[in-house]
Amino acid sequence: MALPSIPLFRKPEIEAPADIEAASLRSDRFRLEREADWRRLEAIVEALEKGRLNRISDEDLLALPALYRQVASSLSVARETSLDAGTLAYLESLVRRAWFQVYGTRTTLIGWLRRFLAGGWSAAVRAIWLDLCIALAVMLAGTAVGWLLVARDSEWYYALVPGQFADTRRPGATREVLQEALKGTDSGQGLSVFATYLFSNNTAVSIMAFALGFAFGIPTLLLLVYNMAVLGAMLWLFADAGLGWEFAAWLSVHGTTELFAILLAGAAGMHVGRSMAFPGKSTVLSAAADSGRRAAQVMAGVVLMLVIAGLLEGYARQLVEDPWARGVIGGTMLLGWLAYFFALRTRPEESEP
Amino acid sequence: MMAIAARPSDAKRQRELITPEGLALPLTLASRGARAGALMLDLVLIFTVLLIVVITLVYVGGGVAGVETASANPATELLSVLIILLLFLSRFGYFLWFELGPRGATPGKRALGIRVAARPGSGGDGRLTAEAIIARNLMRDVEVFLPATFLLSGEAGAGVTGAATFVWLAVFVLFPFFNKDNLRAGDLVAGTWVVEVEKKKLPEAMSVAEDHSATYRFGEAELSVYGEHELQVLEDVLRANRPEAMRQVMEAICRKIGWEAGSGHEREFLEAFYAALRARLESGMRFGRRKKDKFS
Repeated sequence: MALPSIPLFRKPEIEAPADIEAASLRSDRFRLEREADWRRLEAIVEALEKGRLNRISDEDLLALPALYRQVASSLSVARETSLDAGTLAYLESLVRRAWFQVYGTRTTLIGWLRRFLAGGWSAAVRAIWLDLCIALAVMLAGTAVGWLLVARDSEWYYALVPGQFADTRRPGATREVLQEALKGTDSGQGLSVFATYLFSNNTAVSIMAFALGFAFGIPTLLLLVYNMAVLGAMLWLFADAGLGWEFAAWLSVHGTTELFAILLAGAAGMHVGRSMAFPGKSTVLSAAADSGRRAAQVMAGVVLMLVIAGLLEGYARQLVEDPWARGVIGGTMLLGWLAYFFALRTRPEESEP
Repeated sequence: MMAIAARPSDAKRQRELITPEGLALPLTLASRGARAGALMLDLVLIFTVLLIVVITLVYVGGGVAGVETASANPATELLSVLIILLLFLSRFGYFLWFELGPRGATPGKRALGIRVAARPGSGGDGRLTAEAIIARNLMRDVEVFLPATFLLSGEAGAGVTGAATFVWLAVFVLFPFFNKDNLRAGDLVAGTWVVEVEKKKLPEAMSVAEDHSATYRFGEAELSVYGEHELQVLEDVLRANRPEAMRQVMEAICRKIGWEAGSGHEREFLEAFYAALRARLESGMRFGRRKKDKFS
């Protein structure tokens, strides 16, 4: 019996092989009677795997669950009645492939994004509230440490702040020099490169902050403390020169979004680490997986926030120079994020009539 | 008869998946070697594509900039943006995009016949979700890209800091060697594992060939010698259809059951013996009697 090599979809009826009666074994007759259904399922699964949904007819798509169950039951019958190892292996592989398709990721990217933005993300953020509080406290503490260290001994500034920030912005610099650093630019040239660079760099850092949370959250905490200490040191520098408000406004344009995103990333990492250290009633493995998937939702949002932060930092901060305008932009963003995460709660199950 | 014994390393990787219908499906975990190989393939692929695209972009961009002789024209600016985005996407987007697809595998994984699947008992309903894929690929950053960057740049340095960094990263890289499911840290956090997927073709039915049961008649005593294991070996031999192997098997069977081995009709004899043995063993199965191999 030659295997038909032509694609079988669109053919609702596949002729059963004619030689059923020729088979001398009962188990082979069982197989030959059902073979057409198996091949039909195989063709559908093949098309699904290739992502060619448009090549599957509606009838076939509707028949998929029933076909899957039928073939699964063929497999369990064959296991009890047939000793044809080749057929059993084929059925096992077919049922497994069909299982991956029938119980696979059913959503499209757009569908997932809609659900994510309409409540999935903010729900995930609210679910890790305890970690958010811890991360916030750690970040504030880090800022305070940076400030206090530099306030006591300005040599600390060089130890804390990486070279790229300590160009003209160093202890003892005059007010004018520092003010220069807070200026914007007149033209929009080169800003898109700057914005893209900032986005990709910040995202890499926050993904690292998340991923390091795996080791019970400790590296994430260290990363947060260190980065905020840098900020605290720079804050002291500008405040010392009487430019505290200007610096805060300059920072807030993108900083409210960016620091919020870093807060979320740190909290997400800590959430994973904390639930592995204290899994409660479930096993470590299932606690890790649960928290990991929750944190992944938060992290997908973090990437989105950092895109916005990159745009604000690259464009808005460079083009808007008035401290008050900068403050208003930053404040509005902060309020917007807070409202989105904590005030606007959608209840999808109630909105449906 | 020839014996086909599963290698011990393969037996260790056997797992079972219970479908919602209550059917137990055997699964084979991907070996660490296959996973490392798939990763290498993916990295080579990413690197090659990146190199080609960046060189093309720079070449095109250089041409444009040369014409305008301005260092900061919109075209070069756009190019820089594209290159930065491309680097970013190749680091984070590549694995995400392919594993979210219906095959649950990157091109490297597909080439080695493995895919990502939800790990049973990790919460959820056994479906592979988008969140799980995101989680396992975020972890990939510290498991793959960070160690690679450190190695390539030599930034880890010497001394205590270097050693600490090395140990720290080694924990992630060696993680799959310290658990029985070959999980990497990302799999642990996402509730996934990587399994083998093989596409099997439906082989021909065995008993539709010409019926020789009139020529060769086997009695109860002759058929009760062998069990299911020998039947499967015989099936493999018949499907492979190599004259030399069939000849040897026929002689072995004839010795065992006390027949005189003829020559020229090996396949017919073996087909008849196979059909008779399988009929006997299968009818035993229907009454709940199974004979595993010739020793039982």
